[in-house]
Amino acid sequence: MISLLKRDLLVASRSGGALTLSISFFLIMIVLVPFGVGEDPLILGAIATGIIWVAALLSCLLTLDRIFQLDFEDGTLELLATAPVPIEAAALVKALSHWLTTGLPIIIVSPVLGLLLNLPEGGMRWLIISLTIGTPSLSIIGSFGAALTVGLKRGGLLLSLLVLPLYIPTLIFGAAVVNRELLGLSVATPLIFLTAVSALSVALLPLATGYALKINLK
Amino acid sequence: MSLWEHANPKKFMSLSGFILPYISTLSMILLSWGLLWGFFFTPDEVRQGSTVKIIYLHVPTGLLAINGWFVMLVGSLIWLIRRHHVSALIAKATAPVGLIMTIIAILTGAIWGQPMWGTFWAWDPRLTSFLILFLFYLGYISLWKTIQNPEKAADLTSLLCIVGTVFAILSRYAVNFWNQGLHQGASLSLDKTENISNTFYIPLLISIAGFLTLFLTLVLIKTRTEIRLRRLSNLHLIESRS
Repeated sequence: MISLLKRDLLVASRSGGALTLSISFFLIMIVLVPFGVGEDPLILGAIATGIIWVAALLSCLLTLDRIFQLDFEDGTLELLATAPVPIEAAALVKALSHWLTTGLPIIIVSPVLGLLLNLPEGGMRWLIISLTIGTPSLSIIGSFGAALTVGLKRGGLLLSLLVLPLYIPTLIFGAAVVNRELLGLSVATPLIFLTAVSALSVALLPLATGYALKINLK
Repeated sequence: MSLWEHANPKKFMSLSGFILPYISTLSMILLSWGLLWGFFFTPDEVRQGSTVKIIYLHVPTGLLAINGWFVMLVGSLIWLIRRHHVSALIAKATAPVGLIMTIIAILTGAIWGQPMWGTFWAWDPRLTSFLILFLFYLGYISLWKTIQNPEKAADLTSLLCIVGTVFAILSRYAVNFWNQGLHQGASLSLDKTENISNTFYIPLLISIAGFLTLFLTLVLIKTRTEIRLRRLSNLHLIESRS
């Protein structure tokens, strides 16, 4: 499994752009927002959390189809399915490598973008915490969508239609953590729910992903 | 005789063909009875005036929009567990009907909301959940449309339906948490005292029965079409082989 992770990360770093694509997309989206809504610091500060979270969802989406597509086309996925490691575990590792190449960079640059969007100071800590807890579930849910559409020629658009509605709970709780802190309310409730959504997706969704992969490989 | 006998497409076709004329007539009678009574022979409500009458469209379609998804869930589960093709096709046939019901519920709600709440749309939990339900229907239908192999399509859409159900329910409660509501409480309840007044209640029940039978009619017709399409494509396959 570790060798699979290493291989995936290596492929991602060498295939040109995979590593930088989603993070650049994330940056561009954030930079574009002030052009659209104006530079009023108060307005930007009020919508910063939502913008950063939505941008994180969309940039996650951007590289989802790469999780299984290339491996499906060159037959690696079939080898993985017959390997001694269960395919569910392989799916989990693939989601992990997706998270390491998209979720983690997003978390790292998010404080800078929070500054750009004038996010109030108290919110910064919780933004990082909520992204850290929430983005793994984005990768896991996304890998499920990617497994559903892996056999399709032009699955990319369909993939976003399938995956984005599934992101709604994560988005709501993730953004609520920061917004509640900014309003001076307790963040415990949304934080617990966000953690629950994340933990449950990590625990259960790889089973569905593995099943979808098996169907597609039949 | 067990229920599972009707999983045989031939049995299903003959039974549904037998039921269809009765149930569609019943649906027409109930619908015209309930809606005409509701629209023309009930008094206006004190505060809402005549706009209250949209309830005869809004409540039944809203009810069926949600229950349509549950039909799909049950159909998907039966398909995954017992591999009955008819059940997968029923799930497939229900999706567009449920989608239309969702759209009607949202639209009638918006039309009613404009004079009553002063806005066509508000990000109220119930309204938002319906919008989310609408998105789930769209995703499910598109997945069916894009996968060529029928067995694979049935497998993957069933999986999506099950995972989607979990997330749809999760979203339902998440939006409750996210925003407090503008929408009134349930119009119907098993507890009699919570119900709306009898004047509106009985025509509403008739409209619900009308829409329910209409829903069944549409789903049966669509399922029969799907079965015939499946047979047709199999015939083409046999022909091209010989």
